[in-house]
Amino acid sequence: MEKQDLKGWLYLLPAILFLGFFMVYPLIDVLIYSFEEGYNSASQTYYGVGTYNYSYVLRDPYFLQALKNTFILVAVTVPLSTGFALLISVALSSIKALRNLFQTIYFLPYVTNTLAVGLVFMILFKKTPYTDGLANLIISWFGGESIDFIDGPYWAKMLVLCLYTIWVVMPFKILILTSALASVSEVYYNAAKVDGTSRVRTFARITLPMISPTLFYLIVTGFIGAFKAYSDAVALFGTDLNASEMNTIVGYVYDMLYGTGGGYPSYASAAAIILFAIVLTITCINLIVSKKHVHYS
Amino acid sequence: MTKEVDFDQIEKRDRAFERIRSAVVYAFLILWALMVLFPFYWMLLTSVKSYGAYNSEYIPKLFTLSPTFENYLEAFTAVPLADYFVNTLIFTVLTTALMMIVTVLAAFAFARLNFRGKNVAFVIFLSLMMIPNELVIITNYVTITNLDLRNTFSGLILPSVTSVFYIYLLKENFEQVPDDLYYAAKVDGTSDLKYLFKVMIPICKPTIVTIAILKVIECWNSYVWPRLVTDDAQYFLVSNGIQAIRESGFGRENIPAMMAAVVSISVPLIVLFLIFRQKIMAGVARGGTKG
Repeated sequence: MEKQDLKGWLYLLPAILFLGFFMVYPLIDVLIYSFEEGYNSASQTYYGVGTYNYSYVLRDPYFLQALKNTFILVAVTVPLSTGFALLISVALSSIKALRNLFQTIYFLPYVTNTLAVGLVFMILFKKTPYTDGLANLIISWFGGESIDFIDGPYWAKMLVLCLYTIWVVMPFKILILTSALASVSEVYYNAAKVDGTSRVRTFARITLPMISPTLFYLIVTGFIGAFKAYSDAVALFGTDLNASEMNTIVGYVYDMLYGTGGGYPSYASAAAIILFAIVLTITCINLIVSKKHVHYS
Repeated sequence: MTKEVDFDQIEKRDRAFERIRSAVVYAFLILWALMVLFPFYWMLLTSVKSYGAYNSEYIPKLFTLSPTFENYLEAFTAVPLADYFVNTLIFTVLTTALMMIVTVLAAFAFARLNFRGKNVAFVIFLSLMMIPNELVIITNYVTITNLDLRNTFSGLILPSVTSVFYIYLLKENFEQVPDDLYYAAKVDGTSDLKYLFKVMIPICKPTIVTIAILKVIECWNSYVWPRLVTDDAQYFLVSNGIQAIRESGFGRENIPAMMAAVVSISVPLIVLFLIFRQKIMAGVARGGTKG
């Protein structure tokens, strides 16, 4: 028996070493960092313990800007992308011909490099001395004024960021929703047909309740993912996100750690823990709301 | 008599309505497909326009009649794009290989071996799935810096190895292999390690391949960690390379060459996706996250 015990742990050893060193220890350490005041990364010393790092971060205008940006991004992209993905998935489930082709195309953004394709979005929306860009060309067809979406007004930059984020997150949502729709048993639909139930009513009373757990799962992961937005913003606006007013909370954490304003792991830790607290709170609220509306069979 | 005519008419109207409905559905689906494909078309198109032609188009043209490959030449000569590719390849292969070893061994221990403390260990592993990367990356950055591993492959690879979720996924699959096979192997005097490699891995190959592909995609696209631990262009991965190209560029704002670089970076993954389409989509549906 002794030998069996040893063997089991031996097989687990590599995983334990990696996880312990790069996940469990950092988790404890980040909490400690966030409470160490005046930490100096060169000499590895600090003067006291307290909540100064948190109050510094919460008063930092860059953090508040990042907080605002992240909340707008979450509030816009999560409902829009989930609703739109549902619409596409329902349409996709109602057809037979070309369905595979559409599914393959829709999944493409998932496997592409966020940074690389972000550059394409940038050139589509950017105004340069040579060209106003394709987006502005389309706006001018409808008689609108041309706008610089990359270096221009705040709302224009936010619009592009939201558009790109939605474009990036759609594949995952469509994939999950189409497989959920496919798993709803035909029996229910046939029963509804016999009763002469209308399409809208069938959707609201059968389809929606049946896929509500999946929908809920997508909303929760959507919130978590959107709160962690970062690479999309870098792709569109470059690495100096504070200068372009387009920073996100995660971007703020990394900027505090490294980069032009970097070298402050304590502030980075405090900001990361604030982010984690926000995500946890939102997830809990989601769970409470779902108890009322999600139908688990 | 009049009733029958009515039925015919209702059926006719119904069929017409059905045709309109399906036309609307297809139009909607095609519209979204175009939205998805357009950026890909645009990068491909821009990458074959010559520098002069691109900059003289105040109103961008939707096609080109004189495609050129000079931008690809420029992308691979003016910036070390080939080096970025090699770096990414090394990083991807080593990270995926290491992860596979760690994951297979851990999944086997959880699925097949009996040892004291197994259940507690498994619960702790599961709870680690909830830890966001953003929280642990700070200390990892400090650790790697203190170990003097910045701008090395070890620094890039080591913290990227573990994925608790894949251990869980593979453990579930390993458990589906019938116990009888294991006892039969035991009677024959086969060692656990040999059983793992000769029986378990071949049976569970589809899941193992799926996990490997998902990890490859993740590695190829990783940006945040490489950005933190490398500032020497010699160790840049493609994501950091493309960002460097964007910021310092080709010495001038050369959008066509930039797009050539973007196409070169995107093609390997798109090819991988088209080959393993079913596996990737099924794998992501089972537990990928992004969004």
